[in-house]
Amino acid sequence: MSMPNANGREIFFGDAIKEALAEELRRDPTVFMLGEDIAEAGTTFKVLNGLVDEFGKDRILDTPISEPGFTGLAVGAAMTGLRPVVDIMFGDFSGLIMDQVANQAAKIHYMSGGKLKVPMVLRTTMGAGRRSAAQHSQSLHAWYSHIPGLKVVVPSTPYDAKGLMKSAIRDDNPVVILEDKMMYKTVKGYVPEEEYIIPIGVADIKREGSDITLIATSSMVYVALDAAKLLEEVGISAEVVDPRTLVPLDKQTLVESVKKTSRAIIIDEGYEQYGVTAELASVIADEAFYYLDAPVKRMGAMNVPIPFSPALEDLTIPNAKGVFEMAKSLCNK
Amino acid sequence: MAQVKTKKSESISTIDREQLLHMYEQMFKIRAFEEQVNELYQSAKMPGLAHLYIGEEAIAVGVCEALNKEDYITSTHRGHGHCLAKGASIDKMFAELLGKDAGYCHGKGGSMHIADQDTGNLGANAIVGGSSGIATGAAFASKRLGNGRVAVCFFGEGALGQGLVYESMNMAQLWKLPVIYVCENNLYNEYTHHSESTAGSMKARAEAFGILTVEVDGQNVREVHETAIKLVEHARKGEGPAFMLCNTYRYHGHHVGDIAREYYRPKEEELKWKNDNDPLKNLSSWLTENGLADAGIFEQIESTVSKEVEEAVNFALNAPFPAPEEVTNHVYA
Ligand SMILES: Cc1ncc(C[n+]2csc(CCOP(=O)(O)OP(=O)(O)O)c2C)c(N)n1
Ligand SMILES: [Mg+2]
Repeated sequence: MSMPNANGREIFFGDAIKEALAEELRRDPTVFMLGEDIAEAGTTFKVLNGLVDEFGKDRILDTPISEPGFTGLAVGAAMTGLRPVVDIMFGDFSGLIMDQVANQAAKIHYMSGGKLKVPMVLRTTMGAGRRSAAQHSQSLHAWYSHIPGLKVVVPSTPYDAKGLMKSAIRDDNPVVILEDKMMYKTVKGYVPEEEYIIPIGVADIKREGSDITLIATSSMVYVALDAAKLLEEVGISAEVVDPRTLVPLDKQTLVESVKKTSRAIIIDEGYEQYGVTAELASVIADEAFYYLDAPVKRMGAMNVPIPFSPALEDLTIPNAKGVFEMAKSLCNK
Repeated sequence: MAQVKTKKSESISTIDREQLLHMYEQMFKIRAFEEQVNELYQSAKMPGLAHLYIGEEAIAVGVCEALNKEDYITSTHRGHGHCLAKGASIDKMFAELLGKDAGYCHGKGGSMHIADQDTGNLGANAIVGGSSGIATGAAFASKRLGNGRVAVCFFGEGALGQGLVYESMNMAQLWKLPVIYVCENNLYNEYTHHSESTAGSMKARAEAFGILTVEVDGQNVREVHETAIKLVEHARKGEGPAFMLCNTYRYHGHHVGDIAREYYRPKEEELKWKNDNDPLKNLSSWLTENGLADAGIFEQIESTVSKEVEEAVNFALNAPFPAPEEVTNHVYA
């Protein structure tokens, strides 16, 4: 379990991301960022505040509101010697850029028979709960995960976010990182003083347990951890596994955990239908079937556009109570 | 209809006194509504954020007063003014903003998605430029169905970064569709001055398609209205689309939470617009100078509207949230 470090500091999720970007911008002059209001405004979430002061407006580049245009520009720049980090303010705008990502960035290396490379990072946001309604609240990481040629990262802690961001920037493939916008200034965690990277494609066990495995992504890791605490009170020991990257997927860690506990719930904030939960459940069904004592269960966002009203929005996202109830019933308690 | 002559003998043939007073009332209603929205945000009674239209009232009112009830509009994230100007009622709008069942969209849409078919409002849109296809499609349907309706597409100058806008304009001109693109140039795309995001001339963009293009003072409701009447007539006669560039300014932040703004626009600039070019003051002083109204009339309008706004907000505050079942209702027709 990669966890607190004695000589670390506790910093926010957003600040860990900014640190990773700053270190890579310092290390490699070909790295630059582009997106809307990322320079003086430091993004609409104020996550990149101050970067422009150190790196200037040429490397922290404000763009017009032209997502397909600047994403395409990044693809071209990545193919020809630069390492762009694209900022797409809301993951909901993925529809606008999808041709550039899915038909261009993802396929160029393969189509060129390995001759061309697209070393770019696309950062965008996910997560509901901000009362931002249907076009600003979706978690669309499954869209990217469907496309071969893309790597997809969904960090849950400041430590993971920083280490994975640095790997993503150094990767020679297009890497999409989806950051939960509600975690930027609410989730704090230990991050070492010294430099480190986390390889893409390695899951992490966030809590050890023996009765049931809760596989959770991004902010759902906290939902799972809260559920695990509730479960502990009724004598159920839950293990919480965070895949951290969806593509490539560390199947082995997930499968080993379920083989040990023989029960699994998969919790993810994307829409449940045809989503990440379905893919992960199929991995468990394929590779741990004979170890299972209960059906694999999935909990995703409800299959509805995210409603604005708090009274409705809160119903659409998995919560600790729901996970607790589901886990209890799987464990026959 | 009374002919009005100004001192400068500019003739206002199409707008009579009653109409002008009505437009004052509409503009004041928008302002009072928005001030109340800000209040609701600051007192933490409103979920999420809202983008206030204060300062830009003359555009929505001047344009919508040139439309019939059956005509269509599409609106933006900064859409409350458009909705009200097209005839929405303030109690249902407040209820929507508070996520209540009595709101226009049962609380599912919120500030950025208010739609009201009864007044021809096809909806606000939280995707910048996202409604240009929709407005153009509505104009296409009007033409195909021969119902004589016109569609107005409101958008901010930031939307000029979006390719969809140009694709839509091209088709509108090719097929002579009755759509008017109303560009509200309030100088800023969020926190970025348009000069940093928009190369060349704004007008020339539409002119390149051969679209009838007019630039107006967006703080002068008479000018906006007179121009809109002409463009609507042009569209209704089947002569094709138009592009109306309105120069304006938003007094408040990009959204209600954007308080510290000096890093992107100076206080003096804000004060200059507020003091020297306010759409309400511009109209009231013009009416007064021309002997068509006195202070008493405006006071009366303002007190009536303020009372209406107060009642509406109380209605919304006391209205119930939608029932949980509402969350899965309306996913499919
Ligand atoms: C496609 C898309 N990109 C980015 C955003 C985020 N965003 C919301 S409003 C806005 C600025 C819009 O500026 P403008 O069109 O001038 O409208 P204004 O806010 O000035 O009325 C941006 C970038 C968005 N909603 N949609
Ligand atoms: Mg603007």
